[in-house]
Amino acid sequence: MSLWKIAWRSIQQRALASALTAFSMALGVALVVAVIVIHGVIDQSFRRGAQGYDLIVGAKGSPLELVLAAVYHLGRVPANMSYDAYDELVNGQFAADIQFAVPICLGDNFKGFRVIGTTPDMFARLEYLGGRKYEFAEGRNFHDDAPREAVIGATAARKTGLKVGDKFKPVHGSAADRGEEHEPFEIVGVLAPTGTPNDRGIFVNMEGFYHMHTKSPEEAERSLPALKAEADSKPEAKPKPQSADHDHDKEGGEKRDPTAGKAEDKPGEKPQPHAEGKPGHEAVHDEHKEVTAVLVVLNPKIPPPRRVALPKLVSKQLDVQAVAPVEQIDHLLRGIVGNVQLVLLILAVMIVVVAGIGIMVSIYNSMSDRRHEIAIIRALGARRTTIMVVVLLESILLALGGGAAGLVLGHGLTGVLAPIIADQTGVSINPAQFQLSELILIPGLILLATAVGYLPAVVAYRTDVAQSLIASP
Amino acid sequence: MLLQLRDVKKSFFQPDGTELPILDIPEFSLDAGCQVVLVGRSGCGKTTLLHIIAGISRPTSGRVKIDGWDIALMAESEVDQFRAERIGYVYQTFNLLPSFTALENVLLGMTFGRVRPDRERAKALLRRVGLEHRLTHKPPMLSVGEQQRVAVARALANRPQLILADEPTANVDVGNQQQIIDLLRETCQEEKVALILVTHAPEVAEQFDRVEYLEKINLVRVGR
Repeated sequence: MSLWKIAWRSIQQRALASALTAFSMALGVALVVAVIVIHGVIDQSFRRGAQGYDLIVGAKGSPLELVLAAVYHLGRVPANMSYDAYDELVNGQFAADIQFAVPICLGDNFKGFRVIGTTPDMFARLEYLGGRKYEFAEGRNFHDDAPREAVIGATAARKTGLKVGDKFKPVHGSAADRGEEHEPFEIVGVLAPTGTPNDRGIFVNMEGFYHMHTKSPEEAERSLPALKAEADSKPEAKPKPQSADHDHDKEGGEKRDPTAGKAEDKPGEKPQPHAEGKPGHEAVHDEHKEVTAVLVVLNPKIPPPRRVALPKLVSKQLDVQAVAPVEQIDHLLRGIVGNVQLVLLILAVMIVVVAGIGIMVSIYNSMSDRRHEIAIIRALGARRTTIMVVVLLESILLALGGGAAGLVLGHGLTGVLAPIIADQTGVSINPAQFQLSELILIPGLILLATAVGYLPAVVAYRTDVAQSLIASP
Repeated sequence: MLLQLRDVKKSFFQPDGTELPILDIPEFSLDAGCQVVLVGRSGCGKTTLLHIIAGISRPTSGRVKIDGWDIALMAESEVDQFRAERIGYVYQTFNLLPSFTALENVLLGMTFGRVRPDRERAKALLRRVGLEHRLTHKPPMLSVGEQQRVAVARALANRPQLILADEPTANVDVGNQQQIIDLLRETCQEEKVALILVTHAPEVAEQFDRVEYLEKINLVRVGR
C-alpha cells in the first residue's frame, strides 16, 4: 500500500474538514488562475490586435491613445491629421516604402459601437491574427463608389441587431445616445467573428463619413485647435506640410486618391460620387477632409535600416506621429497592465497562502485525534520519517486537490467574466485556453503544502507510540 | 532460541525525581514456533513487557535478543524495520484503522517491510480467518469478533517470527473468545510463528502448555 493511499484515507476520514480546507485553497487558486488567464488572454489579444500592419500614423499626441483608438476602438478619439499629410504619406516621398495603407476616421458611434470611416481595403487587403483574411458571415464588403454602404463587426451586429439591408444613423461622439444623428448608412455585410476589436466596429465608407461631417463646417474645425496647440507647443515641430510642396500635386493626372481601394493598382482613380441626389453624393473637397489614423503595411522589400528609421522619418517629414503598434502595446502591457496584474496576482497569491495556513491548522488540529492511528501505523513498523512523509503528502493532496478544483473554478470564473470583458473592451477570451504560466501552480502548491504541512508533520513525527497505543482511540 | 530477555528493567521517573520500577525480568526465553501465555493482574507490566519485546518501548537496561539481534542496541529506525518484518501484534482494542477496508488493514501490515505487499496473501489470510466476504468492509461495519479476526490476519501478514497478543479476547464477546484463541493458536502453528499471549483470564491460560506469571515486577515461570 502506497503512502499516498494512506494519506488519502486520512483525508477521507475527515471528509468535511478536508473538503472545506481544499475549498478555501480552490478559491485562492481560482483567483490566481483567473488573473493569469485573463491577463494572458488580454495580453495575447492586444498583441494579436496590433498585428497585420507595421505602422499607425496619426496626428501628434499620445502614441498610446492613437493605437488604442485606431486598433482597439478604445479610449478618447485622438486629434485628426490633415488629409494632405495622409496624401503625402501614401503618394509622396514614402510611397515606395508603403505596400498599402488604410485610413480610418473616428468620431461617431451607433448605440455605443464606434463608427469607423475607412476604405474597402480594411477587409480586402488587411489581415488579422497573423495572416487571416476577413470573411463575411453575411453580405459583402462595401464598395468604393457607394458612400452610404457599411460593414458591421460580428459582436456589434449581434448587440445592435443590425443585419444586411438594415439602415442606421450614426451619432456624433463616441458614447451612445449623445450628439446629433447623421444621415443613414445601409449595412451590406456582416463580418464573421474575428476575435479582434473589429468585431465591435461598424465600418462605413470613408466618403460617406466625410459627407456626414462636412454638413457642419464648424465640426470639421473642431479637431484642429488641439492639433495646432500641440504643434505650437513643440518648437522643434516642423510646420504642417502644405499641398503646394507635394510633388504629386505637380504631377497632375499621376495623383492617386489615397482613399481609393487598392490605390496603387488603380493610379489616378478617384471615387466618383453617386448620382440621383442620394445623401453623400457630392464630392467632398480635400480641405474639408481629415484622417484620424492610417494603418500602414510597409513594403516588405525595403531594407531593414530604412524600416527601422521610417517611423521617425515620417513623423519628422509630415509633422505627424508614426508609431509601431506592437511597441506601444508592449509598453502598455508592461508598464500599466503588467503592474496591475502584479498587484492582483500578489493579492491572489496571499489568499492561496492563507488557504495554505488553513491546511496547516486543519491538519494540526486533527493531530490530537490522530495520535492513536499514528501509533498503530508506527507499531506496524512505519518509521518516524514515514509518518512525517504521510502527513506532508496529506497536505500536498489537499493543496493539489484544492488547486485542481481552483483551476476548474478559475477557468469557469473566466468564462463568466468573458462576455463582460468582451462587451466592455472587445477583447474575446476563451475560458478553456490554458496559459503556460498556470503550470507554475503545481510546484508552487507543492512547495506551499510542504511548508505548511511541516509543523503538523513534526507533531506526528514526535508521537510517542507506547503512550498513544495505551490511550483510548 | 528465538527470543531471549536478560536483566531487562524498565523504570519511569516521577516528577519528584524518584525512580519507579515497572518491570524487572532477570531471564526469559522462547523458542521459535512455541507458544506461551503471560498472566498477571492489571498494571503489573504485561503490556510494557510486550512493548519492549516489540521494540515500541526501550528497556531502561538489559538485553532483548530476537533471532540473535539485540533490539535494545539498535537505532530506532532499525527497530521499526525489524518490527515491520519480524513481529506481529494483536491488541486488546484491535487497533484497526477505521478508514481502511479489512483488506487494506491487512495490507498495511505488509507495507513497511522490505517485501512488497502481497494482495493475494492478504486475501488468503482473510479467507483463513473466515472473512473472505468482508474484504471491502471497513471496521465500523464489522462485528467485534470480525474486527479481531482482521487484526489476527494483519498480525500474520508480514510473515512474522513472533506474534504478541495483548489480551486479544478482552473486548470480545464470550461466544467469540474461544474462536479467537483457537484462530491465533492454529494460525501460529500453521505459519510456524511463536506466540506470546497476554491474558488475565484463567480459562484462556489453562489452554497453554507454558504459562508465565507476571507478579509485581518479576516474571515467574510456571510450567504445567
